[in-house]
Amino acid sequence: MNRSAYVIRRILLIIPTLLAIYTLTFLLIHATPGGPWSDTDKPIPPLVLERLNEAYGLNDPLWKQYVDYLKGAIQGDFGPSFSSRSRTVTDIIVDTFPVSLQLGVAAMAIAVVTGFTLGTLGAIRHNTAIDYVSSFLAIVGISTPSYVVASLLVLLLASELHWLPTGGWDGMFSTKAIIPALALSFFPSAILARYTRASMLDVLSSDYIRTARAKGLSERAVIIRHALRTSMLPVVTVAGVVFADIITGSFFVETIASVPGLGRYFVSSISERDYPVILGTVLLFGTVITIMNLIVDLLYPLLDPRLQGR
Amino acid sequence: MSSVAVAESDATLQDNRGAHGIESLWRSALRRLAKNKVAVISAWFLAFLIVIAIVGPMVLPYSYSEQDHSAVTQPPSLEHPMGTDQLGRDILTRLVFGARVSLTVGFVVEAVILIIGVPLGAIAGYFGGKLDLAIMRVVDVLYAMPNLLFVIVIMTFLRGQLEADSGGILTFLSGLDIKLGGLVGVYIGLGLISWLTVARIVRASAMALKEREFVEAAVSAGSDNRRVLMRHIMPNTIAPIVVASTLGIPGAILYESGISFLGLGVIPPMPSWGLMISEAIPSMRSYPYMLIFPAATLSLTVLAFNFLGDGLRDALDPWMKRS
Repeated sequence: MNRSAYVIRRILLIIPTLLAIYTLTFLLIHATPGGPWSDTDKPIPPLVLERLNEAYGLNDPLWKQYVDYLKGAIQGDFGPSFSSRSRTVTDIIVDTFPVSLQLGVAAMAIAVVTGFTLGTLGAIRHNTAIDYVSSFLAIVGISTPSYVVASLLVLLLASELHWLPTGGWDGMFSTKAIIPALALSFFPSAILARYTRASMLDVLSSDYIRTARAKGLSERAVIIRHALRTSMLPVVTVAGVVFADIITGSFFVETIASVPGLGRYFVSSISERDYPVILGTVLLFGTVITIMNLIVDLLYPLLDPRLQGR
Repeated sequence: MSSVAVAESDATLQDNRGAHGIESLWRSALRRLAKNKVAVISAWFLAFLIVIAIVGPMVLPYSYSEQDHSAVTQPPSLEHPMGTDQLGRDILTRLVFGARVSLTVGFVVEAVILIIGVPLGAIAGYFGGKLDLAIMRVVDVLYAMPNLLFVIVIMTFLRGQLEADSGGILTFLSGLDIKLGGLVGVYIGLGLISWLTVARIVRASAMALKEREFVEAAVSAGSDNRRVLMRHIMPNTIAPIVVASTLGIPGAILYESGISFLGLGVIPPMPSWGLMISEAIPSMRSYPYMLIFPAATLSLTVLAFNFLGDGLRDALDPWMKRS
């Protein structure tokens, strides 16, 4: 298949994917018994309930609600929030998503640096104490959920040692971002370290590395100039997993470190049956993950000369 | 760890050929696994945990919901080896019941994953063509789903259905659901989104296997597709499936505790490690032991599964390409 046709086909595939995500979520939440106003402490008078349902279009036939919401979503309007009535879902996303995004970027940066360092060290010092320690750290990292890490960090660094604030948000470069970003980066670092180590070991035993050594390059030059780039290739393929994990982790970490991000909203929207918030969040995160996967797939052949011309 | 096992595996293979003749792959894999200390310790730890989860509740003097208002937030003591929580409940007892919850989630979800993933993967890989394309398209869409979001949505839906309880099988399921602390929705939700990796692994193996002579032989000997799939394709994908399952169980355990941590999973007073951790956080400064015990148990359990999975992968290495 010719390359530009492949790219176009991949980009077009986003549409059915997102449509499927939307449809599934829409059907599931509307098939769930109980509506947005059935759970409040004081029962709403039937007449008011009727008006609310009418105002929010909940009396329309399901297919109409499906089409209406979809039309709005395409234009960036994710509807009103049922629980915080003065704001629209779009308002909430505009307010909170940038916070989650900054937190995610900070965590990703930490993860890339620690992950590659640990993994590379483990591979070039294969079967030494350094290798065992880095492998051990990595497996501890994938075994410890972000909320445990976050709460332990808050307990240790903020409550006991008073080095850092316990929570809040002032942008990704303030000290308040350190604990949530560290907690969020734990699992991705570990995954990246494991993949980097495995891939680096593979590369280091290949012929062209032997050639590079044979022509007298220093070990440092061999690693940095030749091995590192190729060994990063397979690692790129786990980027999707890593992004998805950072998004999921943000629910927990944002709650513990009181970060006003989108993750916290989603959790409360579920118990409140806030349909538009649920749909908006799922669609937004679905779009982010789909686009990230697409970028990785499209970048892959560019990074690996062997795959070019595909 | 893994590297040690790999280095040893070569030596072991040599031994097998020399002294004992060729032994079965499973037996030699087990022998290699037995030499991996970390994996063996992990296996013992998990066996211990399973026994505790089964026997513990019968032996322990407290129940998971019994509140002792004269013994609230007590630090660890002889009476309460891990202390008590804000309601005066024994933390050790709650941890043991939590082990039941977590292990059940791990094994049940893994069973759901295998029931869905193995046949679909085998069918996609073996038949190829449009069937493969259709199945893989579903896999692609589900891969783009934000997992936790989707599990929560499915779970909320199922919980609503079970509470509405419209008779028939639902009555049975909702009875079961109450006994299991409201986690049936979590099992099904997690199973429905987690089969993708297994399906991909099995599909790749099936594609490779169908070119092999013994499959061609079976086909030419008149085996129908069903028989070839059941007898020849699926059994030969067991090694990667065993590894993927051992590494998949801790994933399910982490998801459940995460969902319970958010207050959307297990229904109190049934304990779950995730719920215990979230209950401990508001007062973790005054009562750190309430956080440390469940957090450590959760991490150690997941760690043990991961070590065992890594060990199994290395031990089965000659059988499958390392990823």
